[in-house]
Amino acid sequence: MDKTWNNKAWFLVLPVLVLVAFSAVIPLMTVVNYSVQDTFGNNVFFWAGTEWFEELLSSRRFWEAMARNLIFSFIILAIEVPLGIFIALNMPKKGWGVPVCLVLMALPLLIPWNVVGTIWQVFGRNDIGLLGYYVNALGIDFNYVQDPFDAWVIIIVMDVWHWTSLVVLLCYAGLVSIPDAFYQAAKIDGASRWAVFRYIQLPKMQRVLLIAVLLRFMDSFMIYTEPFVVTGGGPGNSTTFLSIDLVKTALGQFDLGPAAAMSLVYFLIILLLSWVFYTVMTNYDAER
Amino acid sequence: MNFDLTWMAWTWPTAAFFTTILLLLCGMAVWEYASPGGNPRVGILRFETTRGDRLFLSLLGSAFIHLAWLGLVGSNLWWALALSVVYAIGVFRYV
Repeated sequence: MDKTWNNKAWFLVLPVLVLVAFSAVIPLMTVVNYSVQDTFGNNVFFWAGTEWFEELLSSRRFWEAMARNLIFSFIILAIEVPLGIFIALNMPKKGWGVPVCLVLMALPLLIPWNVVGTIWQVFGRNDIGLLGYYVNALGIDFNYVQDPFDAWVIIIVMDVWHWTSLVVLLCYAGLVSIPDAFYQAAKIDGASRWAVFRYIQLPKMQRVLLIAVLLRFMDSFMIYTEPFVVTGGGPGNSTTFLSIDLVKTALGQFDLGPAAAMSLVYFLIILLLSWVFYTVMTNYDAER
Repeated sequence: MNFDLTWMAWTWPTAAFFTTILLLLCGMAVWEYASPGGNPRVGILRFETTRGDRLFLSLLGSAFIHLAWLGLVGSNLWWALALSVVYAIGVFRYV
């Protein structure tokens, strides 16, 4: 029997389209318009053509911010994914410990991003912050306000604290979905702990790990609030990521044209990553 | 009601750009109406794509081609446009 095609169902999508038009499409169009013009305010614009894009693509500042973003994403993935798997493997699977662990793991995810930034800004200070004070008391010179390395350390530790829970919860969901029969078969075969992890748990966690890696990569690539609150992009430009640089250009310097060009390039990169995310997920589902 | 759109800072080139995108979407809608189903197939990327996916890939790839041209060659974008058309034909033919 032939499948019936009825495109009238598309009308049901109209309300969403209207919402997206007002919240995303119209602002995006405005940004495109800004990106080819210059303004000195008062809603008066001058044609600039592709000048802002050329300036951006040859700008050392832009590529350095991009490199910092990629390095940051790579570091936090390298820490959060193995750590998340390790914690999930060691969480209790039954009993009273399960809800306790789940609530504890969920707590950092429930805290607003600017509050997380404020907590770590104070926590890391070497005069009144618990962490900064005691690290200095141990004889380690730690001052994230002045030292770029220390600023990176505090931002990475903050992100690990904030987001490892997400990886843990996703991995834990994958682990508890494995039927006991798999473990029983492994026990009969005399499989080692490593073999159980390598051939049972890891393959069963593959899908959730994929979601975790892609989500964390995209999130970390768009990070703004926490590093802005903790370091404001400093010292110097050492923790200035693309989003912070964008806000500095648009609101700090009020260079709307260059900021619009930068946001379009940033948007295209995010769009590409979103497409990769969507394609990998849908094809993984199709293969299964 | 006052439909003042000066805050959007419209220019003729950007209006032409968005009109082209709109016309492309309308063309895809007409194509879908004439031949429903999106023509799914597995191409050189070795996963299933529909016409919509191929248009999206064409537009996204064209944007990156134009940016790469601006960054590496110069501000004359006609060759980048020609390259993008060839790329889009390739995507619709082989992806």
